[in-house]
This record gives sequence, C-alpha cells and structure tokens, in this order.
Amino acid sequence: MAKGTIIRQDILAPKIAVKVRPGQFVIVRVNETGERIPLTVADKDAFSGIITLIFQVVGKTTALMRSLNEGDFLKDVVGPLGKPADVNKVGTVLMTGGGTGVAILHHIAKAFKEAGNYVIGITGARTRDMLILENEMEYICDELVITTDDGTYGEMGFVTDPLKKYLDERYDIKLVYAIGPIIMMKNVVNLTGKYDVPTMVSLNPIMIDGTGMCGGCRVKIDNETKFCCVDGPDFDGFKVDFEELMKRNSLYLQDEKDSLLFSIR
Amino acid sequence: MLDPNIKYLKFKTFLHTYCPHCKNTLNIEKEDKKLIHFKATYHGEMIDLMLSPYLDVFEVETSIAMRKGDRVDDFFCPHCKKSLLHKGIHCAECGSPVGEVTISALSRLITFFLCTKYGCEWHGLSKRDERNIKLKIPRQDMPEQDQTLRVHNFQEVPYGYTSELALLEAGRCLQCKTPHCVDGCPVNVDIPAFISLVAEERFNEAAKKIKERNVFPAICGRVCPQESQCESSCVLGEKDKPVAIGRLERFVADYERKMDLVEVPIIKGNTGMNIAIIGSGPGGLTVASDMRQLGYNITVYEALHETGGVLTYGIPEFRLPKAIVQFEINYLKEMGVRVELNHVIGTILTIDELLEHFDAVYVGVGAGLPRFMNVEGESMGNIFSANEYLTRMNLMKAYKFPEYDTPKPKGNKVVVVGGGNVAMDCARTAIRTGASEVTVVYRRSRHELPARAEEVHHGEEEGIRFKLLSNPLRYIGTDNNTVKAVECIRMELGEPDASGRRRPIPVKDSDFVVECDLAIVAIGTGPNPIIFQSTPDMERNKWGYIKVNPKTNETTKEFVYAGGDIVTGSATVIEAMGAGRIAARAMHEKLSGKKKAKNRTRVTAKN
Repeated sequence: MAKGTIIRQDILAPKIAVKVRPGQFVIVRVNETGERIPLTVADKDAFSGIITLIFQVVGKTTALMRSLNEGDFLKDVVGPLGKPADVNKVGTVLMTGGGTGVAILHHIAKAFKEAGNYVIGITGARTRDMLILENEMEYICDELVITTDDGTYGEMGFVTDPLKKYLDERYDIKLVYAIGPIIMMKNVVNLTGKYDVPTMVSLNPIMIDGTGMCGGCRVKIDNETKFCCVDGPDFDGFKVDFEELMKRNSLYLQDEKDSLLFSIR
Repeated sequence: MLDPNIKYLKFKTFLHTYCPHCKNTLNIEKEDKKLIHFKATYHGEMIDLMLSPYLDVFEVETSIAMRKGDRVDDFFCPHCKKSLLHKGIHCAECGSPVGEVTISALSRLITFFLCTKYGCEWHGLSKRDERNIKLKIPRQDMPEQDQTLRVHNFQEVPYGYTSELALLEAGRCLQCKTPHCVDGCPVNVDIPAFISLVAEERFNEAAKKIKERNVFPAICGRVCPQESQCESSCVLGEKDKPVAIGRLERFVADYERKMDLVEVPIIKGNTGMNIAIIGSGPGGLTVASDMRQLGYNITVYEALHETGGVLTYGIPEFRLPKAIVQFEINYLKEMGVRVELNHVIGTILTIDELLEHFDAVYVGVGAGLPRFMNVEGESMGNIFSANEYLTRMNLMKAYKFPEYDTPKPKGNKVVVVGGGNVAMDCARTAIRTGASEVTVVYRRSRHELPARAEEVHHGEEEGIRFKLLSNPLRYIGTDNNTVKAVECIRMELGEPDASGRRRPIPVKDSDFVVECDLAIVAIGTGPNPIIFQSTPDMERNKWGYIKVNPKTNETTKEFVYAGGDIVTGSATVIEAMGAGRIAARAMHEKLSGKKKAKNRTRVTAKN
C-alpha cells in the first residue's frame, strides 16, 4: 500500500477482535527494547480473530513493523483502548479523513453506515501514492470525494474545499467527523464552527501506557485537562485546544531521529 | 560502623561462672567435658547439678533423675555452701524462683540467673541488666554505594547487611513479651520471633518465619516505610534508635534467595474454584499467593507488558532491583499462578464477564491516574507527571535510550513538585540521568515530608536540594512551549487539617522563581476510570475510589473484592499487601461456604 510508507497489517488477536469497537485503538510493542506506540484499528474480523492496523512509517517502531514478514510476531499488543465512538442513527453524517487518519475513519464510517446513516466521505492525501482505503471507503460511503494536495488524483486541494461545498449545499448534515493531521482537524473545526455543525475529532497525542496511568496524552478540552487514552480519543472538536496539542506532539522529533540513527549505526 | 566497644553476649558464649558470695569458680571439667557445678536440694535431698556452660545451650545433668517441670528447692555453692537463691527476681518464662551466679563477660562481672525449674530453658539477665548491656550496641548501618559513584548508575544504593552486622543488629532486640512492633506491621509479621532466629544464625528459618505472614520480604525490606510502621513502635526507640527491622528483613530474604533456599510450596488439594485477579501489583500478588496456597486456581490479569505493577513501573531500579520483583513473580508462577499480560480489564474483558468464569474477582488496579495542580502553563511539553517520568525510565528503560527506543526526558535543571517517595524517586532518577541541579518543591516542612527517611537522606547525599514550605504558582515557558522556570510562593503552616497535618497557607508577596528545563509533578494519583466505565454497579466512595466493607474488602458487587490504592488512594506497598490478605481470607471463607452449600444442594437433589 502506498509504495511502502503506509503499511497495512492484519494481526491475529482474537480476544481484541471480538471486543474492539470503532474509534478504539491498540498499543503495540515490537520487541523487548521497543517503545509502546498507539495504533488505531482500521478494521476487524471477529470471526477469524483479525484486526487490521494501518500506519505510516515515521519512526523506528513503525520501520521495525514494516520489516516484519507474514507469520512473524509482535512482542505485545494491548487493547482495545480508549472510548469507542458514539455511533447512533442521526441522519446524514460527513466523514472527513486525511492521510492515515482515513484508517480509523473507515472503521467509524462503517459503523455509522451500519447504523443506517447516509454517509458522505471526503478523504484526502498529500499525493496519489499516499491515498489509502479508497475501495473500502467507496464501498461504505454513499458519496465519496477524494482530494490530493498536489492534484495527482481526484480533486486538487484540501479536504476543507469539498467540505465547504457540502456545507453550503446541504442543510441536513447532522454530524461531521474529522480524523487526520492536527492541522487538518483544526481547519475542519474552524470551518464547521461557522456552520454550527457538531464536529467530532479523534486525537493522537503522545502516549505511553494507554491506560490512563502516565498522563502523557493529556489534552485541554474546554480548558480542562483530559487524558486522551481514557477520556478519548474522540472529543468534541470545538472544545479541543489544538495549538497545545501541536506543541506537545513535536516534543520528541529530535529523539526520534537519534533513535533511528542509532539503529542504523 | 563496627563499634569496638560493643557489649554483647553471642550465642554459645562460654560462661565463666562464679559464686556471688565466695567468688570461687563454679566451672569444672569432668571427663573432658566443661560443666557448671552446683549443689541443690531436691525433695529434701542434696544432689549434684551440672549445667552446660554455653549460653543458650540447655544441657542438664543431675545425680538423681528429675522429672520435667519439677523444681529444685534451692541452689548452693559447692564451695561456701551458701544459698544462691535470689529473692527478688523470678523466671521470665515460668515465674519460678531463680538462682543467682556471677559471670565474667564483656570483661566485667555480671549478675546472671538460672531458673530452678527442670526443663525450663530460661536463663539470663534481669531485664534491667539486659537493657543496660544490649542498649550499648548502636543501630547498625548498611554498607552502601559511594555517593559520588552512585549518581552515575542505576545500581542499588545499600548493599544490605553482612551476616556479622545482622547478628549485631538482631542482638539489639529486647524480645519484648508484648511486642508493639507486630501491631505496627500492616500484615503482623512475628517480628521478635524472626529476629531471635536471626540472632541464632538461623537465617533461612527466619526468612520462612516472615513468609508466614508476608509473602515478599525482599521487597518490603526495601520499600516499606518502617520508621512509621514497625520501627516506630519499637521500645528501644524511646531512648535509642529502634531495631532496624526492615534491614534485617531484607537481609534474611536476600540470604534465602541468594543461597537458593527458597522452596516452592506443594499445593495440596484443589478446590476447583477459580479466582481472577486484576493487577499484578503487590496487593494482587499477595492475594494470588494466599489463595493459591489454599488450592484455588489463579489467573492474574496485567494491563502492561510486565508484571509487578508499581514495583516495576514506579519504583526505580536503584531502590528495588527488578530482578527481585521478577524472582518473586516467578515463584508464584512455579506455584501454578497463571499470568495474562496485556489485558486491560474493563475493555478486553469486563468484571461481569470474568464472573461468568471465575468464582471471585479481586480488583487491585492501583490508583493510576496522575493528578495535576491545574496551574498556569502545566501542559507545557517538558512538564511530566511522576507516573509518566517513572514509567518511561523504569518500565520502558528510557535511561538506556537509544539502546531502548523510548526517548528519555532530558533535563539539566529539574524541579520536582511533591514530597512523597515518588517525588524522591523522580528526583534521584533525574540526578542519575545527568541533571546538574535537582530541586524538590514541597509545600509543608521537613517534618511533614511523607517520603521514607532513608530516601530523603540518600537524596540529600546525592545533592538534591529541598525548597520546603513552597508551592508552585505557575510555570513560565519559552517560545517553544517548554518550561524555563517555576514561579513559587512561600508557605507557612497553619492549623491542622482533617488529615491531622498542619495546613500550609501562602505567605503574601513571597513569590520567587526557580529556573528549570524539566518539571515533574508528583502530587499523588486518583482513581483510574477504566474499571468503572464497564462496571457501573460497583459503588464508589466520596473520593471516587471503590467502596468496600472494611472487614472483608468485598465491594458492593458480590464476589468482587478490592484493595490497595484503588480503595484507599495513594498508600504503601505493604498496606496494599495487608488489604490483599484481608480480602483473601474473606474470599476463602465465603467461597468455602459457597462450596458446602453447593454440595448440600447436590445431595438433596439426589434424594
């Protein structure tokens, strides 16, 4: 998928597959010296006990995961974690996703569709090669718009462009879901705020244990400190302090490079 | 450390005995055997009485046979024929009259007593003499790693007692008849009994003695706050320093482990019932051990990828080596306890689902949700909760970054907010990972510091500074949203509050600034919501923790028990073990009742 930078892995985890609900995530540790990273569950198959993880190779752990072959094992998989998305029949929902955010969006969109909603999808990617789950989204969504930043596929531009068009044209959109890079979610929320459409976002802060123990994933929601792993990851987009989240997420960029360099050496 | 003026009689000391009146020696040699020789009257007859001259060795020979429990009427010196019977003092064991001799020991003459009852094993000093002699041994310190060396590594700081030091320290114990130390221990370890075994150099038996009540002495000896528990009620502490009970406990446990004397008990009989334990911390492991020994099948569920709970993710390596924790857990596994890692109960399985398969559930999940002060700037990047900082360092081994992948929070000038053991752990970890300046900010005074005295002492040796009676007001950040200083205010102590501690009150216009590039908030934890989200019918108390019946530790949900921090809020390892023990006992009582009831119904059904 996407020329090796975005990876899809189907993992046999029967207990998790039975329980995981849309919006929930798992924490993965690749080997004994590895770190714990949160990954959203893009899909599940309770019958065969498989969960689908989709992730972009950005650091050492994801690079290690890419190097695994079929039949290999992950050291640890913990889950499901986080509160599941609140899925109800509300009418028409608009699901916007960018980059790997589409992975979790897919799981939630599927649930909304199964609950009997009319689902409009807008998925975006930087370029055609980075686009994921096109077929799956096409299958779920009643309408699907694809955008790429560089115009190599679908509409050229950001997801906010078709979103604005939809919000102008349709008055029956009851809920917007936005999952993707923080800047994308922030722009979506700024836009939907003008139209006063309830908007949910799924946050991806730095996380260690994922069980509410460390507080590393704390985010400001409505000026109150919340822990993403036990109170989220889905929050009311209008209440999230995106600025702070962005600053917190950039804390370990240098370490990430150091770690990769170390392993290359 | 070793005091050359120590006055102490060792086990099996040879006693040079003299008549207190004529000062003639009572020691004789008979057929190459050293003995103490008396004349005594027994039923009006004069007999010869021979005793072993070694302290604590009870060998008696008489010229005519005596029955056990019989008393001699009187002791006499074979030389001056004067009675040796002492009027004022009676045997501490059986209350019989005692004979008095003088022994030369510790290069002076000491009055020494022997019981007149045949078979009674008491002999010794009067309580007053005993105190006078024994009090002279100072409390023995543990040899420890040099302070300039240890700030560069994560190895354990104290090395533990040697057997010589342990013997000396054990000799300080007065063996009180009504020991207060036992009441001071949350699991009521028979402290005098184990110390007397240490004094007799029976270290292995001493370890077994502790294990009757406390499953993990190697851990408790290291992390218990003994000075506020057993040692605080030691009688010696009134005039001198108390017996170092914790250090002795650590010594015997280490001895047992290192000498490979640990025996895995054979579990007799299987009740056929299953117990699920949520959380593999000290409380959960205690329940696992107790219930396994009673023949239950145990499954322990752990949310993280390592067992041990706070012992693994919280307490640093230099205070509690992880190899010891893993040793204890392996011991449980060998006993047949099953451990399931990576299981967050509440999401992957709910308590209700567990109850379908298990006969009882113990909730020992701890209070994992870190508290913040909600002051300005607290969400900045390099401000950590103590939990996150310690989890990164201990569980994820970030101090070995980049060998281990989890990045290490870097700080040159570190501020730690809080005064508990967790705060000390953070501060001392920071020093070890290269911080040049570590300041602990605590709002009360030194006297109220909740941390173990030893940790505070070690921390100060390692160069940690304390800003007491101070409280953070806000964090001052750089443009990159990282902290560069903490603004604090001075406090003074007012009236005692509900907890009995004096309430700190801010002093007006006393703000000051402490520079830092890493801040750690160690002000305690709250209840983790995961377990409640899926178990709405389990009642919570007014602080949000689980409500239990204090006698049984059963929650409002039948067959679900709870204990430790999730019931009491942040407390100690041994208190969690105590809670686990109460729950295990109650669980066993209730389940054996249930089993009987089950059997009964089955019989009636047949009829």
